[in-house]
Amino acid sequence: MSLRQIAFYGKGGIGKSTTSQNTLAALAEMGKKILIVGCDPKADSTRLILHAKAQDTILSLAAEAGSVEDLELEDVMKVGYQDIRCVESGGPEPGVGCAGRGVITSINFLEENGAYDGVDYVSYDVLGDVVCGGFAMPIRENKAQEIYIVMSGEMMAMYAANNISKGILKYANSGGVRLGGLVCNERQTDKELELAESLAKKLGSKLIYFVPRDNIVQHAELRRMTVIEYAPDSQQANHYRNLAQRVDANAGNGTIPTPITMDELEDLLMEHGIMKAVDESQVGKTAAELSVA
Amino acid sequence: MPQNADNVLDHFNLFRQPEYKEMFENKKKNFENPVADAELERVREWTKTEEYKEKNFAREALTVNPAKACQPLGAVFAAVGFESTLPFVHGSQGCVAYYRSHFSRHFKEPTSCVSSSMTEDAAVFGGLNNMIDGLANAYNMYKPKMISVSTTCMAEVIGDDLNAFIKTSKEKGSVPADFDVPFAHTPAFVGSHITGYDNVIKGVLEHFWDGKAGTAPALERKPNNSINFLGGFDGYTVGNLREVKRIFESMGVEYTLIGDNSDVWDTPTDGEFRMYDGGTKLEDVANALHAKATISMQEFCTEKTLPYIATKGQEVVALNHPVGVAATDKFLMEISRISGKPISEELTKERGRLVDAIADSSAHIHGKKFAIYGDPDLCYGLAAFLLELGAEPVHILSTNGGKAWAQKVQALLDSSPFGKGCHVYPNRDLWHMRSLLFTEPVDYLIGNTYGKYLDRDTGTPLIRIGFPIFDRHHKHRYPVWGYQGSMNVLVWILDAIFEDIDRNTNVVAKSDYSFDIIR
Repeated sequence: MSLRQIAFYGKGGIGKSTTSQNTLAALAEMGKKILIVGCDPKADSTRLILHAKAQDTILSLAAEAGSVEDLELEDVMKVGYQDIRCVESGGPEPGVGCAGRGVITSINFLEENGAYDGVDYVSYDVLGDVVCGGFAMPIRENKAQEIYIVMSGEMMAMYAANNISKGILKYANSGGVRLGGLVCNERQTDKELELAESLAKKLGSKLIYFVPRDNIVQHAELRRMTVIEYAPDSQQANHYRNLAQRVDANAGNGTIPTPITMDELEDLLMEHGIMKAVDESQVGKTAAELSVA
Repeated sequence: MPQNADNVLDHFNLFRQPEYKEMFENKKKNFENPVADAELERVREWTKTEEYKEKNFAREALTVNPAKACQPLGAVFAAVGFESTLPFVHGSQGCVAYYRSHFSRHFKEPTSCVSSSMTEDAAVFGGLNNMIDGLANAYNMYKPKMISVSTTCMAEVIGDDLNAFIKTSKEKGSVPADFDVPFAHTPAFVGSHITGYDNVIKGVLEHFWDGKAGTAPALERKPNNSINFLGGFDGYTVGNLREVKRIFESMGVEYTLIGDNSDVWDTPTDGEFRMYDGGTKLEDVANALHAKATISMQEFCTEKTLPYIATKGQEVVALNHPVGVAATDKFLMEISRISGKPISEELTKERGRLVDAIADSSAHIHGKKFAIYGDPDLCYGLAAFLLELGAEPVHILSTNGGKAWAQKVQALLDSSPFGKGCHVYPNRDLWHMRSLLFTEPVDYLIGNTYGKYLDRDTGTPLIRIGFPIFDRHHKHRYPVWGYQGSMNVLVWILDAIFEDIDRNTNVVAKSDYSFDIIR
């Protein structure tokens, strides 16, 4: 099969890395050859595959060696569960430097050194929102064809998903990147499935999969393993396998997203009864003021 | 006052008058926090020792006087080599001012180049609007046939996507949809000017051969007998490319110079300003796909371009800045082999003349020790020529040459008895060279203008070969390639040797028994 490039985006802490690693482990089970490119300065996109705390990153090794040109591919690429190849771009400590540039440098290095040769899937795991040009690198032309947004029924996760859609839209018109779909990682909020489905619809996309919450994910994480490896016969492992199959079957089915405004997002929450209509006379009033009135 | 209107003194005489001398002394004493002269001397002498050299070579986090420039400089060098092409640098104005002045100081010619004038707001919000407005302005004001876009640090750090930006600019009507806007990402903090050259040449070829960024069908290769020629980043491009054309024509070989900047940096003064002059015709760039083979004169300037060309089915040949008899032989024999045409009578005669000249001067150059620094291919080519002359390239140093280059140079040194005791220094700078010149002295230093400080510090006479040459004029007009070019290099080296002999023998009644008319 020809090289397929996908990327996982989503709000910080939403379970992007967990979801992506489990999905990719399931894809590897299906016989796919996989390369994971972690694009997060925290460098935790590959720990479940490698059973390692954090992988040596391209940028930390480059800083040690003097420059990226001094690195060899084997220095930065580790092989983990099911022969999944792993690299982490890495980046600066919080508060300094430019992590976005790190993503650009790393992806250029990997392409130039043939890291993509002989793999079926390249998956980028990207932190948080598309905060700057560097974090949009994976959605440039000839990079990821489909973006999967990991979200939940929480308002801010939906807000982030909408923002990421804006980023994709910017590049979709001039390039080939598409929104593959939303993956809802259950938080057990009210009417989560319905909300996720209607947000997907509003964004002109679809909910690829609803991953139910299960504590077994925690047990696996503590052992730095994917559920696929830790408990292959569990129900949760099957959920990830289903998700992997949906992703695999979704090639070429991505869409150009239609992001919505903040107002529309609030309307959506109201429609489902999550939020009440805002009484404009109450905006900006403290509880004490309201009780007096 | 030492200065008066009837006899105006130039600054270097003026500043030697007592008033100025006193002023400089007071300035030093009162404001420069000087160390005692004895301490200054002690440290100066210490920097000449083996001990200091070891510390110097253990240096990790600091570069002092690197012998390289940045990628965008090479990008502009490559871009002006195409017909009526305006280099467009996506970044801030100051960067472009540097490229333009750097080239103007070397070639003594203006270099037309524009920027997208990014400022702080562009750094925050992205440079898309600068690209849209910049392309529209450049297209309407300077009427180019092609705009070649490259980047600077600023655009690269914030991650501006040229491909998407150019497409959007076309949609917004900045330039017509079918107008040629090839592009290359050329971050200044990666590689050097030779990397920038490589990226832009590859970007231009990809543009024309692979369907002009989706606006035209990709070309299909229909092989013919022509040969493509890539010169690489070369300070002698004006003289060299004209010499190379003469060589191809002398042999009756069909050829395309890709990136011919020999005319734009040598425009005549005849009352007409030529913003663009000469350059590879755009249709020739497209047709270069069909060529039988591509010869790169500088392997390390075309590390990405040549493999790309090879994927199209062409044979690719990489040379290392050939200078001298054997290297030029190889260059011409490759042309002859690929084209099936014999080496011409004219060139054969030139070879004989070069051999003759080398033989005539051999006694003076044989066994002399040299230090060379510069771009990787130039260093290799000059080292090979020196070995051929029986001279010893004792120190060969390059800032932008890496491990692969060092291995190649080492193999060259191992191939000659004169290469024994010679060393190659990859990724080193001119401060390293300074140490080497003190601890393991040589007779002559070969390098660019910046070597004049080493000449002054170490007393090693500098032979100016390289880029940039700011303090001597018109050297770029002379080729250093081909037998004729090699002759120029030979003469420059010999001139330095004879001047040195004269300087060492000119004291009246002391050493002038050797101050000879005939050398």
